[in-house]
Amino acid sequence: MIKLVDISKFYQTGSVSFAALDKVSLNIEDGELVAIMGPSGSGKSTLMNMIGLLDVPSEGRYFLDGKEVSKLFEDDLSEIRNKKIGFIFQSFNLLPRLNAFENVELPLIYRGMAAAERRTRAEHALEIVGLADRMHHKPTELSGGQQQRVAIARALAGEPPIILADEPTGNLDSQSGVEVMEIVRKLNHSGKTVILITHDMQIAQQAKRIIRIQDGRIVQDEEVA
Amino acid sequence: MGVWQIVKLAVKGIQANKMRSFLTMLGVIIGVAAVIILVSIGAGTSKSVTDRIEGMGSNLISVNMRGSGSSAVLTYEEVMQWKERTGIKGIAPVVNGSVSVKYGSNKYDTSLEGVNDEYREVRNHNVQRGRFIIPADISFRQKVALLGTEVSRQLFGTMNPVGETVKINGINFKVVGLLEEKGSESMGSNDDKVIIPFSTAERLMTSIGVRNVYIQAESPEMVESVVAQIENFLYRKTNDEEAYRVFNQAEMLSTVNQVTGMLTAMLGGIASISLLVGGIGIMNIMLVSVTERTREIGIRKAVGAKRRDILRQFLIEALVVSGTGGIIGITLGIGGSRLLGSLMSIPTEVSLKVMGLAFGFSVLIGIIFGMYPANKAAKLNPIEALRFE
Repeated sequence: MIKLVDISKFYQTGSVSFAALDKVSLNIEDGELVAIMGPSGSGKSTLMNMIGLLDVPSEGRYFLDGKEVSKLFEDDLSEIRNKKIGFIFQSFNLLPRLNAFENVELPLIYRGMAAAERRTRAEHALEIVGLADRMHHKPTELSGGQQQRVAIARALAGEPPIILADEPTGNLDSQSGVEVMEIVRKLNHSGKTVILITHDMQIAQQAKRIIRIQDGRIVQDEEVA
Repeated sequence: MGVWQIVKLAVKGIQANKMRSFLTMLGVIIGVAAVIILVSIGAGTSKSVTDRIEGMGSNLISVNMRGSGSSAVLTYEEVMQWKERTGIKGIAPVVNGSVSVKYGSNKYDTSLEGVNDEYREVRNHNVQRGRFIIPADISFRQKVALLGTEVSRQLFGTMNPVGETVKINGINFKVVGLLEEKGSESMGSNDDKVIIPFSTAERLMTSIGVRNVYIQAESPEMVESVVAQIENFLYRKTNDEEAYRVFNQAEMLSTVNQVTGMLTAMLGGIASISLLVGGIGIMNIMLVSVTERTREIGIRKAVGAKRRDILRQFLIEALVVSGTGGIIGITLGIGGSRLLGSLMSIPTEVSLKVMGLAFGFSVLIGIIFGMYPANKAAKLNPIEALRFE
């Protein structure tokens, strides 16, 4: 379970302090499919970084599965990210020098898993996204949709309970976008907490809950039928 | 992440940027090769000088009487009595002179040494054919001679001189032996001389007494004590420190070694500077690489890489570049020093120690100059790194 209590994040630009997040409080239960929407500059990416433990709040507290994580050091955050959070980025963020399999294997390597188990898990993750036959292709040899599916497999491989997807369909044609969203929904059905960041209403409507954010504040938080 | 995994990754990275990696390595390659070539020349020179000094005979002490007049020389018997002193293994008094040797119509001017049977052992002068001087030759003033290889070549060509008769200063001598080739030393050629019995030489050269004596100590530890005893004896006899000189091979060796050691260290030091420059090249490229791969670092951190994982990755990359450069440099250095040795006929010697040292140094340089960029990479903020275009 994700619990944010009065989270603020300030950025200092010269002498001017700017609040990217302003006392945001938010609870997300296990297994939810949440969409976070907002115009650019609204603070939604900062919120996603905060939830994904890529960033630490300036003020406020963050409890992940009951444990406070807002005061941890970078390496501890890395460890929690590795185990609990899978990222899907708009620009895929695959390592170009590694093939699909090696990209998927990456989080498992940092977890210190033995090679044989890494292989099984990475292959299984690639099967879920339907790319078992593209395992040894480099990202440049794959289409955008396929690259994003590799990225999803990478997010899945470590079997984290939470998937964070930042505009996952933003760089894809509509057909690939539909395929990717199909996989994302399936992940949610299998019990994972999925948090989608998007400005596309059609994508957001696939979620069960939509949170709108503006100027660093949550302006609307509603359940969708 | 396992080290092997990172090494494989680093090798991949190097292969992805072949030209750049090669140019980066080149600095280390040239540095290591230069260290090995220059040090091998220094070590080779040192060894060849040492070999020559040791080739004169082991634990050798030489005594020169420098005064004039009959009181300034030693008698043969007097010298041979030193044998009773402790620590002396062999004594070889020598009478020197210049002679002309004739065989048939061939005539050759060379130097002559009148020696006893112990000379062979003391001066480490072996016979390749025939025999050496024996005590009976000295007792009976036998007219027998051994030829140096140069003398033999001049008089006999490729013919075997043993058993032939030559005329030394007009007197018939039977050639009983041919000396082994020794090469030249600082005191002149060892092969351009004839050796005859001491007593015969005294007659031939009409000289009385001994001016040169070679002494072999029993062991390197005894050399100093023997030198002291002889100096003591000579001072009591002549009452003049200037009348004699006692040379000690070990002393000569240590002086030579000191000089060549300094030379080697200096050459190695100069070459090390180029290795240092190579290290700076590595740092430069690693910094560029860290900037270029900022996004990669961000991705790795996002999926769970810790600072030490990133640090290790970049450090190992620097190490693979410097280590590979080191290995190529060693190979090139060995080849280069052999080539140089044979082309310019300079003695060279590549020791395992120098190879290990050069390789270790190149690895060390990889660590030192890789540390800063690697640390910079490890400390990158994951969000900023992910945002980097």
